[in-house]
Amino acid sequence: MKRIKTLKTRNLCKSAKNGGCGECQTSCQSACKTSCGVANQSCENKNASEKKN
Amino acid sequence: MLHQYKLNGYNIVLDTCSGAVHVVDDVAYDIIAEYENKSRDKIVRDMLDKYNDRSDVTEEEINACIDDIEALKEDGQLFTPDTFEDMAGTFKERSGKVIKALCLHVAHTCNLNCSYCFASQGKYHGERAMMSFEVGKRAIDFLIENSGGRRNLEVDFFGGEPLMNWDVVKQIVGYARSVEKQYGKNFRFTLTTNGVLIDDDVIDFSNREMSNVVLSLDGRKEIHDATRVDYAGNGSYDRIVPKFQKLVAARGGKNYYMRGTFTHRNPDFTNDVFHMADLGFTELSMEPVVCAPDDPMALTPEDIETVKEQYEILAKEMLKREKEGRGFTFYHYMIDLTAGPCIYKRISGCGSGTEYMAVTPWGDLYPCHQFVGEEAYKLGDIWSGVTNDDLRDDFRACNAYARPECNDCWAKLYCSGGCAANAYHASGSIRGIYKPGCELFKKRIECAIMIKAAENAESEG
Repeated sequence: MKRIKTLKTRNLCKSAKNGGCGECQTSCQSACKTSCGVANQSCENKNASEKKN
Repeated sequence: MLHQYKLNGYNIVLDTCSGAVHVVDDVAYDIIAEYENKSRDKIVRDMLDKYNDRSDVTEEEINACIDDIEALKEDGQLFTPDTFEDMAGTFKERSGKVIKALCLHVAHTCNLNCSYCFASQGKYHGERAMMSFEVGKRAIDFLIENSGGRRNLEVDFFGGEPLMNWDVVKQIVGYARSVEKQYGKNFRFTLTTNGVLIDDDVIDFSNREMSNVVLSLDGRKEIHDATRVDYAGNGSYDRIVPKFQKLVAARGGKNYYMRGTFTHRNPDFTNDVFHMADLGFTELSMEPVVCAPDDPMALTPEDIETVKEQYEILAKEMLKREKEGRGFTFYHYMIDLTAGPCIYKRISGCGSGTEYMAVTPWGDLYPCHQFVGEEAYKLGDIWSGVTNDDLRDDFRACNAYARPECNDCWAKLYCSGGCAANAYHASGSIRGIYKPGCELFKKRIECAIMIKAAENAESEG
């Protein structure tokens, strides 16, 4: 596309299919301790095949 | 829901519900802004009017751009409807009563007397106390017993100052390691320390056993020493910086954070972040102070505006330093676009009061470290488990859709509705919001994604 560049991202709608394993880090536990951002966490679900689509 | 913004020369369009990020030129930016409100013909006429001095903006070009937008919409990457509300809360319900992380308050006492300490110099508005090994061991057993099928279990040694109870920390780690295999668990330990008592034993043990080490440093010496003083009033900077440098040098690439707090004294906190980087540290975190609005340390509305500008300065400087080969990481700008959290995590939040709890030196359970000392927020204890089910249910119901103020917010799938403790301290309710915190959070996400856009542009030459 000439005027639009789309970055590679994980599709959140598709992530509903195999998501929710609960193995990821508790949000503020081991770093900031004062906010609840979840975007900077990594997914630990080995079965989430849609992650890098 | 879309969010469009311009930052550092990039026009960015976030499609909140798919998570898609688009970097667009001015014409596409304007077309996307009008797309849902105007007809194709009207958009074409408006764009021809607006860009009448540009030879590349023809009717054909504008129609081609609209076709691209429609293709992205069709592909679920633009104007994606919000269909997640019904899922909100189901993840936590599905998780049942699983607990996977504990913050162990091994020492309710501290060897520093920092005036902004939310934990009232480690005492959490109570008596000074140390956790015994027996309590720590029971906390590990409690975590294993309540962790269901979760393999990765997190334990943070917190205080006060946990190094004031270092032998017990080592005993607790030893015990957890001795049982983790038989229960199919993997413990990840974190140590949060002010650094005063770091010695070779602490360095060796931490670098072997701690997945992460959080080291408290507020940046410039004059800023750090104005607040982080001992009980004689002496600043701690000169004592701790060499220890932190030695620990990090020996860490061999394992995770750590230099973690600072900024206050009304230094809303220009980027200078403190740059100072940490100049000291040779590369994993940096700097947080707004948590305190009552009438505290002299509290950030004022004017400070909040300054801090937002500072976040932009920080992002631009990070890109510059990265190019110069002296880059560093800022915790809030770490964003994993391709392998970040799934939608369940995005809507269900930090897990405080449900899968994450804090344990006092005497074994009481609280929803997180920031609620310790608030008697009404006691959940139970590590022997009887959670006995205040109503309170746990309140926390379970906290999610990205629990607050009406968040309904139209583009950032709700990045913050999950925000920090319950911040909300409580600002509004008196965990279902409230802390508006200045929201403003800062949104600015941080905008900056983090801009950095990704810049890195992508750089990689494509």
